[in-house]
Amino acid sequence: MPLIRATGLVDDPWLSVPEEEPLPEAGAVIVTLARWQANRDQLAARPTPLGLRLKSDQPPSLIAGDIERFDIIALEFPKFTNGRAYSSARLLRERYGFRGELRAVGNVLRDQLAFMRRCGFDSFEIPPQVDAAAWLSSLGGISVVYQPATDERASALTLRHGAPEGQGRGDARAHSRDPVAPTRSTATRVG
Amino acid sequence: MYRYDNYDQTLVSERVEQFRDQVNRRVAGELSEDEFKPLRLMNGLYLQLHAYMLRIAVPYGTLSTVQLRKLAEIARRYDKGYGHFTTRQNLQFNWIRLEDTPDILAALATVEMHAIQTSGNCIRNVTADHFAGVAGDEIEDPRIYCEIIRQWSTFHPEFSFLPRKFKIAVTGSPHDRAAVKVHDIGLRMHRNEAGEIGFEVLVGGGQGRTPVIAKTIRPFLPKRHLLSYLEAILRIYNQLGRRDNLYKSRIKILVDSVGIDRFTQLVEEEWQQIRDGYLDLPVAEIERIRGFFAPPPYRTLDAPVPEYEGALRRDFRFARWVRTNVTPHKRPGYAIVTLSLKPTGGIPGDATDAQMDAVADLADRYGFGEVRVSHEQNLVLPDVAQADLHELWKLLETLELATPNVGLAGDIIACPGLDYCALANARSIPVAQQISKHFSDLTKLLDIGELKIKISGCINACGHHHVGHIGILGVDKHGSEFYQITLGGSADENASIGEIVGPSFGATEVVDAVETIIDTYLHVRADGERFLDTYRRIGIKPFKEKLYAAH
Repeated sequence: MPLIRATGLVDDPWLSVPEEEPLPEAGAVIVTLARWQANRDQLAARPTPLGLRLKSDQPPSLIAGDIERFDIIALEFPKFTNGRAYSSARLLRERYGFRGELRAVGNVLRDQLAFMRRCGFDSFEIPPQVDAAAWLSSLGGISVVYQPATDERASALTLRHGAPEGQGRGDARAHSRDPVAPTRSTATRVG
Repeated sequence: MYRYDNYDQTLVSERVEQFRDQVNRRVAGELSEDEFKPLRLMNGLYLQLHAYMLRIAVPYGTLSTVQLRKLAEIARRYDKGYGHFTTRQNLQFNWIRLEDTPDILAALATVEMHAIQTSGNCIRNVTADHFAGVAGDEIEDPRIYCEIIRQWSTFHPEFSFLPRKFKIAVTGSPHDRAAVKVHDIGLRMHRNEAGEIGFEVLVGGGQGRTPVIAKTIRPFLPKRHLLSYLEAILRIYNQLGRRDNLYKSRIKILVDSVGIDRFTQLVEEEWQQIRDGYLDLPVAEIERIRGFFAPPPYRTLDAPVPEYEGALRRDFRFARWVRTNVTPHKRPGYAIVTLSLKPTGGIPGDATDAQMDAVADLADRYGFGEVRVSHEQNLVLPDVAQADLHELWKLLETLELATPNVGLAGDIIACPGLDYCALANARSIPVAQQISKHFSDLTKLLDIGELKIKISGCINACGHHHVGHIGILGVDKHGSEFYQITLGGSADENASIGEIVGPSFGATEVVDAVETIIDTYLHVRADGERFLDTYRRIGIKPFKEKLYAAH
């Protein structure tokens, strides 16, 4: 599947290995939760980068202690209407401090990219043969946000009250960095 | 009332252009109906039996006269000259062309309106007491918090694809006119022992296939925690709510399956993680929004008002209307006027473009330019001087907006039913019309007293039949329309779910059945006892016996 980031189409260096398939000896692989749970030590000992794929009913709390083992976490959208992974993404970023790549996989739709990005996703598996540029253009449709989220964009509320920089919670959003860049969750945001 | 600033206006205007692009892609054939469906459902556009229906948000039921005139203009230009006010305090246009929707939304944006989140599995239009700000028993205006919730929930990135739609209602009065106990989340403002105002948070109420009265999850929530607490509830629901079965995906099913104690614990644990953080409501924002709901420039009036008292004595028909359609106002010398959208034999909740324009004129002349939509599908003029009531009433009569039946058997709530809706099993409107015609004798109506009849054309319960004193539910029996009757439902602070009285009735038998129920009540009621009181005293059995005696 083609992969996009905010910058456009990118090559995918990762190999996602389904449950039933054997793991290649080397190379960057994304494994399922079951494989990780069954072969933790073996997987952790691999010299190459490791990724994890979570189904929508596998909450991040299941891997809370292992976050730092993974360079990428792929969250599945089994159907576009199943929005569990939005919560998973925010928890991974904001509660568990995951700083690696967060990838949306499965039934990913063009008009959902903006929501996904706000929840901390930074790469998206898209269907073959779609116009990646058109998809990315939908990221910019609405310039105002009403609520704080993982992307640290300043909400209308914050902008209205002009919170000065560095004075506590929320105001980081008034001076956000690249909204696409994965952001480290900090104590200020998990209270 | 709330006015947009640049941020609000930018968001709504950009949304219009985004949707215009989506419609263009659909019209050009780049999107199939299957692909377009999730997009239109993000914007209140339904494909019904005969045409597209566009549902326009009326946040917490408050409209300016400028907005109401724009709705009239849209009804005239893009629909068949009328609109339908819904039980979510919204307005639906039933005869919309897809190609026109971007222009309609652009027209709405010029008056600070939109159709965002009026459909889809997201947080829907937040509803409130339609007497907010003017009710005598009010603790605080709930619309301040509705507006805060409206903004927080608009395009919420985490909660736009919930297991199912999600409805929040807020009441600022002890007497609940907002039906908070049959919402996914109900918020009831009250004072704690220290005298601070906050919210009782109720969760898991709802109607539909499985009607449930909401349970209290937190007896007192300080205002500043409102959004973090809502976010905690929604996050638990988004993660744990069922997604495998449409009928088991509302939060009420989750609360029931894990139990209220466990659910409360989950929410509280989540809340501990996010409270006192970036969702803390700054006092400055509460006060900014409160400013928009400041009382209008009321005059200091003496009460009683001699000309009003005189008219009450002289004009029996006026007095009768006052008795049912006028509610005491918190300010001396003022009154709250309910305009009945339930003329005898009419379609509940429908208003023509001419009526909308006229109501806007009256609200400017006799009020402060504000109109309310009630979830009972009527309109409200919130601030009328008592001295003007008689004159206003005469004008309302000419507009067919003065039927003196508010709260009575003629004030029927009905969903659009099979006349419009693709989900319905049976028609609702003709049943409402028949009952309304049958109980058109105003003396009889007053004698029967307070009676809430609510009709839904299918189990989705858009007509709130579960909480009707008499509820009527359309069912399909081998291709014919039948109607199941429930008794004893109520949506106020003493909410209850109606009990099914027995086998359903054919379309031609419903009116007789309702009459039998009412006769039974009239026969056994104690002095001053309302229908619901009698029902609660004697139970369903006497009604059942009368209804099925002949069978």
